[in-house]
Amino acid sequence: MQPHMRRTSWRALAVCAAILAGALVTGGSAWAQTSSAPAIPGSGSTADHSAFEVLQKDFASGAEVTEACLSCHTEADDQVMHSIHFTWEFQNQTTGQLLGKRNVINAFCGNVVGNEARCTSCHAGYGWTDMHQSPAEQSVVPDCLVCHDRSGQYTKTATGAGNPPLDPVKPGTQTITGAAAWPVDLAKAAQSVGRPGRENCGQCHFYGGGGDNVKHGDLSSALIEAARDVDVHMSPQGQNMVCSDCHVSNQHDWAGSRYDVQVIDTEGLGMPHQRRDVATCESCHGTAPHPATLKGVKLNDHVNTLACQTCHIPSFARGGVATKTFWDWSTAGKLKDGKPYHEEGFTQSDGKHLHTYLSTKGDFEWGENVVPYYAWFDGQVEYTTADQTIDPSQVVEVNRIEGSAEDGKSRIWPFKQMIGRQAYDAGTNHLAYNHVWGPTTDTAFWTNFDWGKSIAAGMKAAGVEYSGSYDFVDTHMYWPITHMVAPADQALDCAECHAADGRLADIEGVYMPGRTPFSTAGVMGLSLIAATLLALAIHAFGRLFTRKEGSDHD
Amino acid sequence: MTERSVKVYPRFERFWHWSQMLLILLLLFTGLAVNGLHHLIPFGPAVMIHIIAAGALIVLWIFAIFWHLTTGTWVHYVPTTQGLLRVARFYAWGIFKGEHHPYRKAYWRKHNPLQALTYLALKLVLFPAIWITGVAYLSYNFWEEVPDATFWLTLVANLHLLAAYMIAAFVLAHVYLLTAGHSFVAHVKPMITGFDTIDLTPEEEAYLKADEPGRLRP
Repeated sequence: MQPHMRRTSWRALAVCAAILAGALVTGGSAWAQTSSAPAIPGSGSTADHSAFEVLQKDFASGAEVTEACLSCHTEADDQVMHSIHFTWEFQNQTTGQLLGKRNVINAFCGNVVGNEARCTSCHAGYGWTDMHQSPAEQSVVPDCLVCHDRSGQYTKTATGAGNPPLDPVKPGTQTITGAAAWPVDLAKAAQSVGRPGRENCGQCHFYGGGGDNVKHGDLSSALIEAARDVDVHMSPQGQNMVCSDCHVSNQHDWAGSRYDVQVIDTEGLGMPHQRRDVATCESCHGTAPHPATLKGVKLNDHVNTLACQTCHIPSFARGGVATKTFWDWSTAGKLKDGKPYHEEGFTQSDGKHLHTYLSTKGDFEWGENVVPYYAWFDGQVEYTTADQTIDPSQVVEVNRIEGSAEDGKSRIWPFKQMIGRQAYDAGTNHLAYNHVWGPTTDTAFWTNFDWGKSIAAGMKAAGVEYSGSYDFVDTHMYWPITHMVAPADQALDCAECHAADGRLADIEGVYMPGRTPFSTAGVMGLSLIAATLLALAIHAFGRLFTRKEGSDHD
Repeated sequence: MTERSVKVYPRFERFWHWSQMLLILLLLFTGLAVNGLHHLIPFGPAVMIHIIAAGALIVLWIFAIFWHLTTGTWVHYVPTTQGLLRVARFYAWGIFKGEHHPYRKAYWRKHNPLQALTYLALKLVLFPAIWITGVAYLSYNFWEEVPDATFWLTLVANLHLLAAYMIAAFVLAHVYLLTAGHSFVAHVKPMITGFDTIDLTPEEEAYLKADEPGRLRP
């Protein structure tokens, strides 16, 4: 019985192995053929979109794909068109300011108005070319594929107001990530759709400000396939999470906002399928995230004062992609032999040279593994919108961080501090709109290199009064740092802050041991020790000196 | 009067003294690291050791207080003016003249008046000060909701620091005085063996022989 049984089981094992090997080979090759986008774990859908007839056709435009999507997903367009991805507008309920890309001036390329088709290349729609009209008013069709394409070959052109490059692609065309454009196969993209991967969101969010990691500092292409120590959540060696695992969505409305940051979350963990409105660390890690050891309890004592990010993101622009830290527009426009030129004075850790001067943009500085700027933050930022009067003798805070130790709702947060020098109207002391992009105009700065014309055209495009004279002012802009969370063992060491010259040396309203060894009490104490030692030394010296005169000891 | 070797420091008192010494040195070392005065130990481990050592010292104090009260040894610390000036005069003057220490230990009174007064002040003022400020400091998160909490925390932390420096000054003087009068070894040895040389009246000697023979060395 036994030998026979053994033979049977061996045969069964061999058959199983053969099936398994076959499945691996066919499955593996099938995946390689259909997708070049990194796989999203756990997103096994009940629908194979390549089986839908409505998607099996020769699409002539992105808008046609959207129409096909809507034939089943009937409410999707309405949802998307109400989201900030589409409106580019944010009404801050606390400050009352009307913000969003459509309205603000930033420290990078400045403003969208007047430069539409370049900036709206990252709009989640097709063909928004006029900031004076909302995309809905302009009948802009939402772009489903930019977020949901899983074929890995969908993209948008850099200057096409959100449209993808289609066959035939004009030579020299670039994508929104700066790569040479290729003709997009819309049918293939439409049939591949699924939940957004990191590279979907990253196409726009990693390349804001005109290049990889230029703007945010903690959002770069390094996160598409990050090493574990670069981002413990998103790394395939870590949790392999995608953006929407934290930025949970509810009807195409996403949790997490840079304009209205939830800086403290005292609610913590929600029940399964509750809380679709927060992207806070606490919503997964709870409000007492450290273990119940003595050390853990002491660390938990910090959570009402410090954002998790403050310790757990020791530096940003990690993973080999630098971020722009300084941008001086005032030096832009210099020409050599009448032609624009560039300098590449910064070498990234991967050996890539980055521009430190461009005739089109001025002087830059870059940084990798940048130590953040820290400040009390209640989640509100007050933007210096173009209607606000600035003091040109001072540094203008493009978006002023609100918050203090006393208000009971702030925590100390890390920021990327962007240092800039940008144009303002020297007559009205308002930040200026500029017209930088416009290949066919005779006023766009990037083709004409004339600030006077560029600003006049920008102000005109924005529909605001212009005095006719401009100058440049130093600016600071702040970007909350919340991505690139390091593994726990690489969190900041205590002494990074608990030291006389530590990272939080300038933070007020908090007592931190280790920061002031020479406080009044410290100096008094040390004086007492010095006085004691001096007295004892005099006493001892006196005894030594008089010793001979009598017996010291019985 | 006979000079006899009498046990004046029972086992618990010696254990209390030396473990308290170790804990106070450890607390001073780690505390001044937390304060930022030195960086011989990293901040994090310094905090952990400081908290654990402080907890251990508080437990030790609870036992010591209980021991003093139940054994009646607290009377050693009752202040007296009798002989106080003479001892003070000795340290300030007589010691330079080669005079003998004016105080003769009794087996029921092992500290000289100045010493007893100093220890009493230490136990009634400095130790409670460091104890209260330390516990308030450590438990900050339980009372941080009070108005101006940061001000009060800063005050508590600075008082804690000041008390610590005063204890450090005591330690320096305490160690220095071990060299005054008798030799350093002669001063330290009783706290190790428990036995010190004491003048006994015939009645005392007879009492100890009869009732507490273990306290007398042959």
